[in-house]
Amino acid sequence: MLKDITIGQFFPGNSIIHRLDSRFKILLDIAYVVMLFIAGNYCSLLTAGVFMLIVYMLSGISFKLIFKSLKPLLPIIIFTCILNLFFIHGEGEPLVQLGFITIYMEGITTSVFMTVRIVFLIVGMSLLTYTTSPIALTDAIERLLSPLKKLHFPVHELAMMMTIALRFIPTLIEETDKIMSAQKARGANLDTGGLIKKAKALIPVLIPLFVSAFKRANELALAMECRCYKGGEGRTRMKQLKFGMRDIIAVLIMAAMIALIVLMNIYVVIPGV
Amino acid sequence: MEERQIIKTEDLIFDYTVFDENGDETGKSRVLSDINLSIKEGSFVAVLGHNGSGKSTLAKHFNGILIPSSGKVLVDGIDTSDESRIYDIRQTVGMVFQNPDNQIVATIVEEDVAFALENLGVPPDEIRRRVDKALKTVDMYDYKDHAPHQLSGGQKQRVAIAGIIAMRPRCIVMDEPTAMLDPKGRKEIMATIKMLNKEHGITVVLITHYMEEAAKADRVVVIDKGKILLDDVPKKIFSQIELLKSVGLDVPQATELMYELRKSGIDVPDDIIDEEECVQVLYDILKSKE
Repeated sequence: MLKDITIGQFFPGNSIIHRLDSRFKILLDIAYVVMLFIAGNYCSLLTAGVFMLIVYMLSGISFKLIFKSLKPLLPIIIFTCILNLFFIHGEGEPLVQLGFITIYMEGITTSVFMTVRIVFLIVGMSLLTYTTSPIALTDAIERLLSPLKKLHFPVHELAMMMTIALRFIPTLIEETDKIMSAQKARGANLDTGGLIKKAKALIPVLIPLFVSAFKRANELALAMECRCYKGGEGRTRMKQLKFGMRDIIAVLIMAAMIALIVLMNIYVVIPGV
Repeated sequence: MEERQIIKTEDLIFDYTVFDENGDETGKSRVLSDINLSIKEGSFVAVLGHNGSGKSTLAKHFNGILIPSSGKVLVDGIDTSDESRIYDIRQTVGMVFQNPDNQIVATIVEEDVAFALENLGVPPDEIRRRVDKALKTVDMYDYKDHAPHQLSGGQKQRVAIAGIIAMRPRCIVMDEPTAMLDPKGRKEIMATIKMLNKEHGITVVLITHYMEEAAKADRVVVIDKGKILLDDVPKKIFSQIELLKSVGLDVPQATELMYELRKSGIDVPDDIIDEEECVQVLYDILKSKE
């Protein structure tokens, strides 16, 4: 069923990782990405990887999900891998030479290195959405971007749009399901034919969906007005984001990790990389 | 003490401007004409009318969503055309709509109930208290961490009601709140409405086309073609069966049954509007025949 799709792939829990302040989590995730790109050799990269796995274990998220998060991005990973494999030219003799294909030792090492880095990147980033509810994420984004308000960037409006989008995704999916059944009942053929035929067959589904989405938007705006919505000005929030000791400790650990990676880059020299 | 009128309309007229395909004005269509209505604080008023009678348009005047073309609407003495007081008006008169899906804003039940209070700038601790209380009032406290799409229609509508009562309005206008619900959800909502009116003293204006629901009110206002046709207690309203039928309205089934029985010569009272009374009358008749 379309209804079973999970959005944001949030897995509720009560681990230390779940309880971290979502603002800090976003910042720490960015720091993690920076760390991965600083890591210049296998030793530092693998250290970053081990660090990430430890965080995974702390969060209580099942390791199966690591593979689940990688699956949709597999084409990109393979693409990067192949691209690096063929297009990196080394100094020595090519290992393989078949027509226009040449593979160098450097190509293999770089390709493996880049692939590992991307895998770590994806897995680390998905930990953020696994352990943070969409609403906490939206909240955190609103607060992190709030300095931009001075530049008249519509931060509150953006966050409100995200909330409403999240709220209505399941509703609209359900509606799509209903419209599809209704059109099928009238003999619409939605599943067969080529790509273009299939796309065309979606028009009678999309048009009613759009009409109803606009109607909903209209009613929602009315309901929001009735509840005194007047934009972000003077608004308070029920749930206050609070950062505590654990957030500070998390930041310190992250800083220590980055320092460790930098040191490893400088002092650990692995021949051939 | 003088009785307070929470909502008062004075010669309310409302016209829709009609546009042609090019967006040019081609005329006006009168939706409401000369409505004079006073709603007493603490009462439970049902507004009845069939589709297109103007009942929803009237409801939208009660908290300043629509402003009369001429005449006045006073909410607790404040003229709804006074834009500087619009948030006072909307806090006094809350509104619940037909489709529960389209009035829930947040992805978590309690966040949604907090929405109005957040807009009003209420301090966080106070929001927390009022949200919990509102959710307990409509008996949805156990679902406070749920996502709206996991709830049934009746539950969603109760969340929407909680979102309104968290503002502590003195009056709630409900625009066909049960029209999209199944019989079970309808029952839940009617029980909630009655409870809010009786136990919490909130004035309720229920816009509906279900006769059974209107029969539960203290007072019924029948609207037809933008005018007030009848305005009385339910028993008096539903005894005028021919008039109601002539404007496309039904009467409660119990009343209809009594009406048909009376037509065929059986002596039954003409002011029966709910099923229990009806059962009692039939029981008495059958008993006396034995």
